[in-house]
This record gives sequence, structure tokens and C-alpha cells, in this order.
Amino acid sequence: MNWIHKTEQSSVESHGLKHDEFDSIVKGLGREPNLTELGIFSAMWNEHCSYKSSKFWLKKLPTTGARVVQGPGENAGVIDIDDGDVAVFKMESHNHPSYIEPYQGAATGVGGILRDIFTMGARPVANLNALRFGEPSHPKTKHLLAGVVEGIGGYGNCIGIPTVGGEVNFHPSYNGNILVNAMTVGIAKKDKIFYSAAAGIGNPVVYVGSKTGRDGIHGASMASAEFDDDTENKKPTVQVGDPFTEKLLLEACLELMKEQAIIAIQDMGAAGLTSSSIEMASKGNVGLEIDLTKVPMRASNMTAYELMLSESQERMLMVLEPGKEDMARTIFKKWDLEFEVIGKVTDTKNLVLNMHGKEEACIPINILVEDAPEYQRDYTVREPTKEYQIDEGVLKSETIIDDLVKMISHPNLCSRRWIWEQYDHMVMADTLVRPGSDAAVVRVHGTNKAIAISTDCSPTYCKHNSFEGGKHAVVETWRNLVASGALPIAITDCMNFGNPEKPEIMGEFVECIRGMTEACSALDYPVVSGNVSLYNETNGEGIYPTPAIGGVGLIKDISKTKTIAFKQKDTLVYTIGETNGHLGNSQFLSIILDKELGSTPIIDLNNELKNGKFVLELISQNLALSVHDIGEGGLLVAAAEMSLSSGIGIFINCERKNHAYLFGEDQGRYIIEIDKKNEALLNKLSNDHSVVLECIGHTIDENIEIKDIGKISIMDLKTNHENWFQNFTK
Amino acid sequence: MKSHVIVFPGSNCDRDVAVAIENISGSAPEMVWHKNTSIAESDLIVVPGGFSYGDYLRCGAIASTSPVINEVIKKAKAGVPVIGICNGFQILIETSLLDGALIRNNSLSFICKDIYIKPENTSSIFTKNNVVAKMPIAHNEGNYFASKDTIKKIKDHDQIAFRYCDANGVVSEESNPNGSLDNIAGILNDKKNVLGLMPHPERAVELNLGSDDGKHIFEGVLK
Repeated sequence: MNWIHKTEQSSVESHGLKHDEFDSIVKGLGREPNLTELGIFSAMWNEHCSYKSSKFWLKKLPTTGARVVQGPGENAGVIDIDDGDVAVFKMESHNHPSYIEPYQGAATGVGGILRDIFTMGARPVANLNALRFGEPSHPKTKHLLAGVVEGIGGYGNCIGIPTVGGEVNFHPSYNGNILVNAMTVGIAKKDKIFYSAAAGIGNPVVYVGSKTGRDGIHGASMASAEFDDDTENKKPTVQVGDPFTEKLLLEACLELMKEQAIIAIQDMGAAGLTSSSIEMASKGNVGLEIDLTKVPMRASNMTAYELMLSESQERMLMVLEPGKEDMARTIFKKWDLEFEVIGKVTDTKNLVLNMHGKEEACIPINILVEDAPEYQRDYTVREPTKEYQIDEGVLKSETIIDDLVKMISHPNLCSRRWIWEQYDHMVMADTLVRPGSDAAVVRVHGTNKAIAISTDCSPTYCKHNSFEGGKHAVVETWRNLVASGALPIAITDCMNFGNPEKPEIMGEFVECIRGMTEACSALDYPVVSGNVSLYNETNGEGIYPTPAIGGVGLIKDISKTKTIAFKQKDTLVYTIGETNGHLGNSQFLSIILDKELGSTPIIDLNNELKNGKFVLELISQNLALSVHDIGEGGLLVAAAEMSLSSGIGIFINCERKNHAYLFGEDQGRYIIEIDKKNEALLNKLSNDHSVVLECIGHTIDENIEIKDIGKISIMDLKTNHENWFQNFTK
Repeated sequence: MKSHVIVFPGSNCDRDVAVAIENISGSAPEMVWHKNTSIAESDLIVVPGGFSYGDYLRCGAIASTSPVINEVIKKAKAGVPVIGICNGFQILIETSLLDGALIRNNSLSFICKDIYIKPENTSSIFTKNNVVAKMPIAHNEGNYFASKDTIKKIKDHDQIAFRYCDANGVVSEESNPNGSLDNIAGILNDKKNVLGLMPHPERAVELNLGSDDGKHIFEGVLK
């Protein structure tokens, strides 16, 4: 064997390992590693796989609750949705690959998260995503946007899982480092969930799916480093997806899962065969012995090093009950997939790799997992940005309608139709609420209940007050679920940040986690799965802190599902929650005054909980015709969105008709539409619940009109709202 | 009432159409795996949507040479009603049971949205409910094209089943989602027992999903 000596600095450094990390490898092994072993350590100890900078802080998040069946630590989180059914979900980043090669990067991001879900025995029923691009005028933005959207669609459309929702925004902090976060939700039976802990000494270890090629080698290490001007050379580290093969793998796995045959199963995602085998052995506290000669190969003369580090897609590793190999093989052969027994479970607690009768690696599992580096990095917390006093003189009420038009046609607030029409969002025939409402709603097949799903984050809120921004990301998804008529249950998080070795970045991370923790605890809305993506920097410029949250809720009776679209004319429109007119750090300042200034709005979590429960109460009593939460852009933008999605207008005659009232982003608010005959009852209920309620107007024909200020036809507004993406991507 | 749904590797609307058929007719169809070489006596065979064999080579091309397809062709020629939806339409064109070609959408991108279609021929069992129907499309290659001679032939034989239109049934360029020649959304064979269409009637069989107009297309056969 060729041992790697510490003096071979280039080899150690090119594997992204620090010298003290190399020293602990040598100490653990009692010798120096060979190249294959060094590659394995590098794959396991990079930031992406080891969570070495984030683990300490992630442990602080609330992860338990009455409906939590499985929290973080498995392939995905699992929550109870009654009747023996569970929802299985997770969000994951594919940022670095998508910047290098947008189509394949985004496509394999979808493929990877789908595998995480069906590995656990769930049939995926919904895909969502959270996307951030640089400013539209940046020369790369158009190409990246078009490629990412096509890649997400290309994969999801082909495999036949609907892409039902998501979010996208544009900001210069993503010019050199876009974010592509993909989320999948699946449905399973509570007593048929599959886990990854290997067990049963001597049991067969089986490889299924696609063959292994040389693609994606070092993908996880690439994702754990910053970018520079040489990014183009990293293209070979991006994997290539094949959604057709994944569809076959999905059906074959679910077919085998109906039998009593699988003891443990793990998909081969980041760091491929390395992380899947080590994960299974570590969770089961056993060893694995693998004969690499048996691994199905796409290329000839592949080495142990290449086989262990390849990130070829659409592959799974399983431990089967002994004697079930032939039955399982028949299923995989029916679906034209590879099936090979490549090793066995051992009691040595070592990962042993053989090839052509020669031992290529022998590493104690505990060194790889328990001895993995964990850092408590230094952090400094930046003072939140202070409130900014707007010169009221520049805000003239006669510009309000024009400002509305500008805001609603801005890339950050305009219609995303151009994106979602490229995604098949209706396949599987259970999509009850399509993209464009507060949350997507997907029926649990064959039942009268549904799950509601929403992804959200406001990076500018997080940048200027990471604590409140972290709270907000969680609360915004909660509000979206509530507005759809769902009982919010749990979240998945996708933590996208810059270089954690910089104390200021680490401070953003710590504060976002602190805010999320507070919100999750107050709302009984725990974290059940997640992913961390650090080193989102190019040439030393970090992205804005972006803790993207995916929330999932339960609608017990689909007839109580709500959308944002006004339902009829001559109904009353109310706001729930207090409007003070907080313009700091708002879309109004950013779009109309071109200023990113002022303080992030503060969320009162008790108020949030009270108002949300009140909305759910109105929905359960069939009082709310339509519901929309008031988010970025404020009250007027929210009201306009309700008109735009229905064609029914609104006459606004609230008391305060100024910019702060109409565009302020105070938290904890909703707009509801109710029948006139229910007005007295609504007012009584709001008194009982001590909720602030204000009638802002009533629905009318085709205009959005503000009393004494002006009006615009919905048709005109729609043209502005719908055209931005179309024109930009021409 | 006996119906069959063909399942290719990569089919992904097979379950949706099976659920729709069961809801409308009361009996579940038999699912037929692509390696089968025979289909029992049938009142309706559906070739569903999806990405058969990954749509590699050309949409529907590989499926048109699959083991089961000879039996579909045989049954179709014997007069059994056959519907090809989306990828199924592409497959039926590749088998030459239907005329013309389906090329890339003129937008050069995948399109998923609700559209309206209206029957052009009201003599077939699929189109006799002469109503404008709302249902979704979801495809990348649904732009119907044919040579002048072929178009003349299918018009002379009254083989245009559906054309894209607006909610009021007006056929116009604005209501054409993908560039299809003459707004053609679906066509028939000359015996009128084989229908191919790009829109998905199986996704429009209950109001919870946005429309139940898709039922009309199945009801003529299933009831």
C-alpha cells in the first residue's frame, strides 16, 4: 500500500483537510492512511457531511412534539397525520453545483431529496423549492434562472411527482453564489417506516440502482469550499441526473418495501458509497465488509478510491434479511435495475474494503463518526440595524397607486407563473391548491384530508437582524399554513450561510438559530429534519444569511381548505392583527426608494399564536371565505394579490390611507373575506379572543380602489404583475 | 365494463387514469405491464401519460416498439376503443395508428396549465358530448404538426377530435398553448375508435381538482 505521509502537503490540502485533522486521523488509525482512506476521511469530515461547524448549535433547536415520529438524524423527518398515516419530509441545498452547472445541479438536487424521502418507505407526493438569484442585471442571472427552473422541472416532471410550490427572490448578495434548496414531502404508513441502521451479523449488503461511474467525485468537498474565479474548472464535480432511472428505483424500492425483506436502507447521496455505508454501520453499531469488485461499474478500471467517492446518482444501499436476495433481485430485474450483493454486516465495527482479493481500506467506524471534528467557532453578533426615520415629506398619498403597480411588477413581488408553469404541478391528481396561494395543498391520496406545505425566508430581515429574521422565517411558513386552513405541525430547515470561519458569519448563524428556536418553541412547531450549507461565498463575499424553512401542516377535512382568492363581490374585507406602519427594511423602501434601510420588524410570538388560532377558529366555523397572510409588501400588496388571483376587486376605505399603513410590514397579520351577514359574529369572536380587527373595505367589480386616493383595474395590474419573468427571460 | 391501462417503465399518469376510470365506471381497470404480449377482451385501452422509457431517443419512440404495443395495435385495428393521453398520444403517433407528429412546444419550454378544448367531430364515442371542456396540459412536446396532405386527409375524414379554444369556445391564436397546427389538441384514426390528445382528462374528473369536464371523454366509452 502507498501510505500518505504528512509531508505530502498537497495531497492533504487538496482533500480539504486541515493539518490537525490529518493528525487526528493518524492518531485514530495508529498509522498513516492510504489514498483511499484519506479520500474517505475527506468525504466524511468535510463541512457538508460532518456538520462540524454547525452541530453544536443545531442541537439547540426544539425537535420533539406530540406528532413527531422521527426528528433530525435520519434521511428525513416524520410526523403523524392521523389514521396511521405519516408525512415524511426534508429540504436540502444544492447551491454550489447549481451555480457551476444550473440544469444538472438543480435536477440532481431534486433527485437527491426525493431519494431521501422514498428511502424511508414514503411515496413522494410533493416537491417544493426555495431559490435565490443575484440581481436581475447581473450577467449570469438570466442563464442561472432559466437553467435552474428547467432542471427542477426536467427532473420532477419526468419522475411524475408534482412541484407544487416554492419561493424565489433576487438580491445582489447572491450574484456569485445562488441558492437552490429543494424540498420533498412523502406519505407513508406509520408502521412501515424504514431506517438506515444496519443489523444482523452476516446479513447481505446489497447495492441497487444505477451503475457507478466517475461522475461527481469530490462533490461534497466542492460544496464545502468557497468559490473563486476558477469555478468553471469544477464542472466535473457536478453529477448528472437520470430521472427515468430514479422513477424505476422509486417503484422497485416501494415494491420491495411491501415485503418483509429490508432491514436497513440508505440512499447514496453526497459522498456516495462512503457516507451510505458508514452511516448504516455507525447507526447499527456494526462493521461492514465490502468487495468493491462486485460494485456495478459504468467505466472500466475504476479504482477503490473512485468507487468510494463517486457521486453517481440513483443508487441505494440495503441490508436484507438473509434468504431474501433472490426475491429482491427479481423485483429489481423487473425494473431493469442493477442488483448486486457486495458485502456483509460484520461484528468488527470496521469498514473493510477489498478489491481483487486485496484489502484497500480498513477503518474503525467510530474514528470516522465519533472522532469527526466538531468546532465551536468564534462568533460575533452584529448589532441589529437601527430604525430609519423616513422623511414623510417624500411620501405623497397621490403616488400610492403608482407605487403599488411598481411593487407588484417588481421581480421580488411579481407573479411566479412563468416558473410554475414549467413544473408539472398536477400529476398524481391530488393537488387541491396550486402554486400562487399562501401554501400548496395536496390531498392524502384516497382520503378526505390534505397536507399544506410552504417554504419561506426573508434574507434581508435576517441580514439586518438575524435573531428576528430567524424567527420570521419560521413564523412566515406557520402563517401560510394557518391561512390555508391547516394545523401547522413541524418544519424542515435549510441553513444557507457564508464562511463559518468568519466570526461575523458565525454570529449570523447563531442568531438565526436562536430566533428559530424561540419561534419553534412558542408555536409548538418543531424542527424534524434539515440541512446546512456553509461557505456560500465567492471571492470572499458572503451571501445574506438564508435559513430557508419548509413548514408542513394538516387539513383534516379538505372542505375547510382556504385560498387567497376573493370568492365573491359585496363581501367584507377585514384585517386581523394590529397595523402600526413599520416601513423599516420593507419591500416599499427597497423597491420604491431603492434603500435597504431600517430595522427588521419585531415579532411578538404570543400575539402571533393568538391571531393564528383565531384565523383557524374562523375557518373551522366556516366564517372565512378567503384568507391571506400579510407579508412582504404589506397590506395593499396582500389585498391586490387576493384580487389578482380572483378577478374580484376591492374598495378600500380604511381610516389611515398613507404609505406606512398600506405598505408597512407589521407582523402577525392576515386579511380575511367574510359574508356581510357574519359581521356581528366576527366582531363578537374577536372580542372573545382579544384580537385586533379592522374592517378595511369590501369586494367590488374589476377595480382596486382606495377611497379618496385612486384606483386601477385588475386587468391593468395583472399585465404588470404577470409580465416580468416572461420579458426578462426572452 | 372491462378496461386496460398500459404501464411502461416511466409511465407516471397510469395511476391517475386508473383512479378516474374507476370513479366514472365503478370498476378498476387492469394494469398491463409493457412486457405482456396479450390483452384480454377489452372495452377500452388507455395508453397513459408520462415519460415512457425516459422519452429517450424521441418521445414515444421506444414505447412504440415495446412487446405490448403490437397487441394494442391489433386491438385498435379490430375496433377496440383506445385513448392515448399526452405521452400516450405521442406513442400512438409513433406506431402510426394516428397521423402527424408532435414536436417541441413553440415556447421551447414545458407547459403545465389549464386550457380549454372543444370537440370538432361529434360523431365519435369520445367526442359526442359536444361541450367546451377545461382541463390541464403538461408537456414539452405537444405541438401538433402534419404535412399539408396529411392535414387535408384528416380534415376530409373528420379526424380532428379537439381544438384548443377559450372558455367561450372561440378558437384563436391566443388560445393555442403550444403552437399546434390549426389549434389541434387531439385527433382520431379514420375509424374513430382511436383517440390521441395532449390534454389530461384524467386530471379533470372532480371539482376539487379544478374541473370535472374531463369525464365527458371517458363517459361515452365507460357508460
